[in-house]
Amino acid sequence: MIVFERPKALSDVATHYCPGCTHGIIHRLVAEIMDELDICGKTVGIAPVGCAVLAYDYFECDMIEAPHGRAPAVATGVKRALPDSCVFTYQGDGDLAAIGMGEIIHAAARGEKITVIFVNNAIYGMTGGQMAPTTLPGQVTETSPYGRNTDISGYPIKVCELLAGIDGTYYAERVAVDSVKNVLQAKKALKKAFSNQCQGLGFNVVEVVSSCPTNWGLSSSKALEWLRESMLPYYPLGVYRDMGKKDEATV
Amino acid sequence: MEKVLMKGNEALAEAAIMAGCRHFFGYPITPQTEVAAYMSKRMPEVNGLYLQAESEIASINMVLGAASAGVRVMTSSSSPGISLMGEGISYMAGCDLPAVIVNIQRGGPGLGGIQPAQSDYFQATRACGHGDFHLMVLAPNSIQEIVDLTQRAFNLADIYRTPVMILGDGILGQMMEPVTLERIPEAELPEKSWATTGTSGKRRKNITTSLWLQPDKLEKSNFARFERYALIQQKEPLWEEYLTEDADIVLVAYGAVSRICKNAIIAAREKGVKAGLLRPITLWPFPSRPLLELVDRVKTFICAEMSMGQMIEDVRAAIAYRKPVTLCGHTGGVVHTPEEILAQIEAANGGTQP
Repeated sequence: MIVFERPKALSDVATHYCPGCTHGIIHRLVAEIMDELDICGKTVGIAPVGCAVLAYDYFECDMIEAPHGRAPAVATGVKRALPDSCVFTYQGDGDLAAIGMGEIIHAAARGEKITVIFVNNAIYGMTGGQMAPTTLPGQVTETSPYGRNTDISGYPIKVCELLAGIDGTYYAERVAVDSVKNVLQAKKALKKAFSNQCQGLGFNVVEVVSSCPTNWGLSSSKALEWLRESMLPYYPLGVYRDMGKKDEATV
Repeated sequence: MEKVLMKGNEALAEAAIMAGCRHFFGYPITPQTEVAAYMSKRMPEVNGLYLQAESEIASINMVLGAASAGVRVMTSSSSPGISLMGEGISYMAGCDLPAVIVNIQRGGPGLGGIQPAQSDYFQATRACGHGDFHLMVLAPNSIQEIVDLTQRAFNLADIYRTPVMILGDGILGQMMEPVTLERIPEAELPEKSWATTGTSGKRRKNITTSLWLQPDKLEKSNFARFERYALIQQKEPLWEEYLTEDADIVLVAYGAVSRICKNAIIAAREKGVKAGLLRPITLWPFPSRPLLELVDRVKTFICAEMSMGQMIEDVRAAIAYRKPVTLCGHTGGVVHTPEEILAQIEAANGGTQP
């Protein structure tokens, strides 16, 4: 009896992700959900610019590699052309919350029937660890070597809270994948974000608080500890908007 | 077929719908806003989509997504907006995606003005974005030609898997003329087997990307694209010649300016000066061959354009710098008068004839 196998929607290739990076877990969850909902054949995924730029090699659905930050606009074009398809974007914090802020806000405001997977690791990973819009106050990065100084660089952007305040947003939840319990909750949230879309409901966003051991300069386990100690207090987990459960709309 | 009186921008929009375009993404900017306004009214009548984006950056990326999904899609803008689209246009070229992009040019640089100009010639034919690529660029000079070329643009985009630009100017966009809304003959179009429509579990996944991290693969993709460009240059140049058979002086002009040139040429001929016009209809591919064929018989060329001299570089290169080419240029929204073009023709002919 097979008790564990690779989801069909996940390509049988080695990924380029660093050891201890949580992209692999998030990819697997997305693939499992595509299998469980049997939607891989009607799904079009939009890859970002950033660490997940090669995500198109890792999923078995049709994929588009978008310009930096523009994934929600590209997703809009696909979804409006193919209303019966399932469209998701997979974006990091630089892609979504810096250069692509305009596109994500307006996709949410239009209530695009898409699913946005937002991976927040508080740093630019692919370019080698620069300050991101989600970098915490005081956090040391390559371009904030003395720690993020809020007098100069301002404050981190809380994406879930921001998008939850937009009328077009149907569902917004922040999850983490640092523990078994949280991975299970992350899967529940992602599944909801895809199921909603399949029922014609959107806009759906799931923010995944993620780790970057390489650019944080920590071991995999220490990175998860830092995530719990430093990131989660600033980025609390939970449901920020759920129009399917209006009475529990805010945390 | 019945003639109807239409504004250039509206005729362009209707022609796109005739060509099967049911997806339009845009952002308002003068002097092309009528395209968007017409689409917003007309698209719902044909079960199509007009979607107003939050910026030109977003609209070109919506175009990218819809094109990747395999539908006929268009956006329109004017000069500053096209600059914002440069990134997306480069990606679309790199992804080999077909779409039609309209630029109803206004004066520049910067915010410039809102009056007609042709100062985006370099941008359209040389560098609409980063990287090695070309757009096909079509330049109509009448509302009827807008109707015909817009339909043709969609076919060319699909045949060659490339973005195609219709380069107009504020005069063409705003003026009204009687037109026949006639379908151009059907073209044989390749199947869009590359489109990201969902695999339906029946084929391997399709990927739309312009990313090739290995240099040899990137070069290979560029070589393949330029093989198609070579075919375009061989098969697709379009131009019109007017009284060039015996001309000593040949004007080169496109778009609205070419019409003013015709008036000047008629006036010159009445004065005994043999002038003619070569009007490029495709700006890329540029009709170099017919210009070169004129070079032995013609004394001098005059390039009339609403810019400080952009197309003139293509004219000089086309005739291999063998004859003088002078510029009759205006910029910033100032439009040529027939009289000043006539004066330049006469000057080129060695002064006023007796």
